[in-house]
Amino acid sequence: MARRKKRKEIFALGNEAVVEGALLAGCSFYGGYPITPSTEIMEIMSARLPKTEDGVFIQLEDEIASMGAIIGASLAGRKAMTATSGPGFSLMQENLGYAIMAETPVVLVNVMRGGPSTGLPTCPAQGDVQQARWGTHGDHPIIVLSASNVQECLEMTITAFNMAEKYRTPVILLLDEVTAHTREKIEIPNEGEFEVFSRTIPSMPPEWYKPYEETVRGVSPMPPIGSGYRFHVTGLTHDRNGFPSQRPEEVVELMERIHRKIDQFFYDIQLVEEIDTDDADVVVIAYGCVARSAELAVQQARENGVKAGLLKLKTLFPYPRRHTERVLAHAKSLIVPEMNMGQMSREVKRVNMGRVPVRTINRIDGQIVTPSEILKVIMQG
Amino acid sequence: MKSPQELDRFEIRFSGLGGQGIITLGKIMGQGLALGHGYNVTQTQSYGPEARGGSSRCDLVISSKPISYPKAESLDLLVALSQEACNTYYPYLKSGGVLVVESDLVKQSPTNRFLGLPFTNLAKDKIGIAQAMNTVVLGSLSFLLPFVNQGTMRKSLESVLPSKIKAINTKAFNLGYRLAKKQWGDDVGDVWRDEEDLTRR
Amino acid sequence: MSEITGNEIIHQYLRHNKKFPHVLCAGCGHGIVLGTLIRSIHSLGIPRDDVVVVAGIGCSGRLAVYVDFNTIHTTHGRALTFATGIKMANPKLNVITIMGDGDALSIGGNHLIHAARRNIGVTALVLNNNIYGMTGGQSSPATPLGSTTMTSPYGQLDKSFDTVELAKGAGANYVARGTVFHVRKLEKIMTEAIARPGFSLVEAITPCHTQYGRKNKYKSPVDMYKWMKKAAISVERYEELPEDQREDRLPIGVFVAKDRPGFEERYFAMKAEFQKKTVKGGK
Repeated sequence: MARRKKRKEIFALGNEAVVEGALLAGCSFYGGYPITPSTEIMEIMSARLPKTEDGVFIQLEDEIASMGAIIGASLAGRKAMTATSGPGFSLMQENLGYAIMAETPVVLVNVMRGGPSTGLPTCPAQGDVQQARWGTHGDHPIIVLSASNVQECLEMTITAFNMAEKYRTPVILLLDEVTAHTREKIEIPNEGEFEVFSRTIPSMPPEWYKPYEETVRGVSPMPPIGSGYRFHVTGLTHDRNGFPSQRPEEVVELMERIHRKIDQFFYDIQLVEEIDTDDADVVVIAYGCVARSAELAVQQARENGVKAGLLKLKTLFPYPRRHTERVLAHAKSLIVPEMNMGQMSREVKRVNMGRVPVRTINRIDGQIVTPSEILKVIMQG
Repeated sequence: MKSPQELDRFEIRFSGLGGQGIITLGKIMGQGLALGHGYNVTQTQSYGPEARGGSSRCDLVISSKPISYPKAESLDLLVALSQEACNTYYPYLKSGGVLVVESDLVKQSPTNRFLGLPFTNLAKDKIGIAQAMNTVVLGSLSFLLPFVNQGTMRKSLESVLPSKIKAINTKAFNLGYRLAKKQWGDDVGDVWRDEEDLTRR
Repeated sequence: MSEITGNEIIHQYLRHNKKFPHVLCAGCGHGIVLGTLIRSIHSLGIPRDDVVVVAGIGCSGRLAVYVDFNTIHTTHGRALTFATGIKMANPKLNVITIMGDGDALSIGGNHLIHAARRNIGVTALVLNNNIYGMTGGQSSPATPLGSTTMTSPYGQLDKSFDTVELAKGAGANYVARGTVFHVRKLEKIMTEAIARPGFSLVEAITPCHTQYGRKNKYKSPVDMYKWMKKAAISVERYEELPEDQREDRLPIGVFVAKDRPGFEERYFAMKAEFQKKTVKGGK
């Protein structure tokens, strides 16, 4: 086998790694508004994108406009993204729903800080988990990913773009202030070492094309605006042509399809990493920076003779039910540490259905859950 | 270059006042250790109002193995460049850990086992600009820490600086290294040279 | 394209696979604006694949679906944000936004002033009918002082926005006002607005008898058109009027006509500079 080309190494912030990942994934449009602690993503994009072949960077007047601009850019054929934090994420919710309804691929990075409201602008939290799931109004599917270290920031940003393009849907990447503001050595993968997925473009004549066709996969090809396929895009419930409709049978067809196109590909979308779970009696389920604390705690518990394991969630929604079920086959208890009052533990409990005790560790003081806090609960048995 | 010394979560905290270049110091040292020396390094810092004046803090965790928890919990080395920082963070220093202070700004050390140099005045008097203080510290620490290769760290420093301030920083780095060697003595880093001591948790 | 005129032109541009009838009431002026827009685009000879109509929410927002262009019906007040993204993503496209007065001046007011300030190459049509029509006649920022609406049953207390002055103040490249009574003039300014670089704004005064006129002493839609005929005066003549005779008059015409390059032109010029340097530096 030919020797692998050496990868470039850089010492980078989580936020910088997001930019590297986005550019590798083919992102050519960034629209945003500065907000701590996500701002570095925007600053670096403003320097990098204008120097790429077709990159566009624009600073908008607010987060509402940012979301509108990236949806517009995506409709015009670009891989587009924005990044924000708590208050900005709230402002983006309306147009996020539009992107879901109009099936427009975009990537939204939310670097979580303490809330509610202005909260703790410079401190980490994981309080936006359920907002990411249910923040925009109406019944809707959503893909929410997370990352717990700087290398994963790069990788999960690529994954976010790939999923957005593959499923014609917005994808949210939830980071936290710790992960975004930690510097680590990361490897930049070489071309060909990672998958890049781009939306399919229709090849049929324009008069045959239906932008919201009912298909098995549930995802229609998506032409860029201006390529000869003229169609209507709306946030109203619509028929297969995109024209507004209130007919119950058309409404239900659309709603079922936008859910199905994501639900049925759970094996592709639900990503986790398992550490020592195979024989674990106690399994910690964690995500983001807390997963790093949990990893150390699990290691220390093993050194102390307790069979502990870690199920690290890289996909938060749709919730990785399958992996949780597998862990539940032998685990005697679950621990869910998180920097909120218990948002992901709700999902864990829904899958657990009372089978084993689920203990939660919750911090809402703007501080990371430490390994020793988790270890203490593990050692309680 | 000889193979790097085995490290298991060696934790450093740089602390002091906003404007002293503490975050830059941590960034450059972290980069040098990660890219130049091949260690795993996580660098975290305090953000927020305190980063714009007031106090400032920057942590490094250095390890030969992958690092799980990215923050510093019990410090092997505390660098305190202000009295307040010294008071605040001294309790986090593990037993046997080393305290390095700015000897003009830290008037009252919480322990009599510490290493000091008047970094700010050295930068002002010998280099000509107070802003080079953090580079003087970097030079001194490159002498103190047995796993840091002086040449590699200097090269790493030069690689991140704009060309017009490169020469002056190289001078500051060398000054720090030289003075640490002279004042602190050749065997000052021996506490960490003992490999068994380092790998014990 | 073969020589076609009047209604024939409009017919050519309507979507025949879209279910009609449309949502507009009898006497509404919105259809006249849409017809004017079609004739303007036709007269400029822009291929329909290159036209993007981006609409907001409200009666005006519903216009996009009827025409055979690339059409996007966005969220309330946000048409200009989508349009900005589209124009920056593909500057070759002719991007036209259709917004109502509530859309453009109230919920989307911030986007309007920034689109003007930024001078993004988008044409903004503000269809001002002085009311929130689709939701049943609530007061908008363009509702005249004293008017009765569903949310100002005792009379509108606050002064209405002057769209033209607002756009001028925000630095728009081209600002004009017309009415659906003065159709030829409206077509002329709309055509000019679309052809210009940078941000152009056209305010089209269009009556809503159903939600506004009926409650404000206009007996029929015809009365509202009569009011437009009487109140409208060319901006040139308006300027000559003494201050005390200006009240109740509605100046129409072109208020600002500059040729500053659009934001997208400046952005891509900057990019081209970088590319030149890279080519040079590569040697």
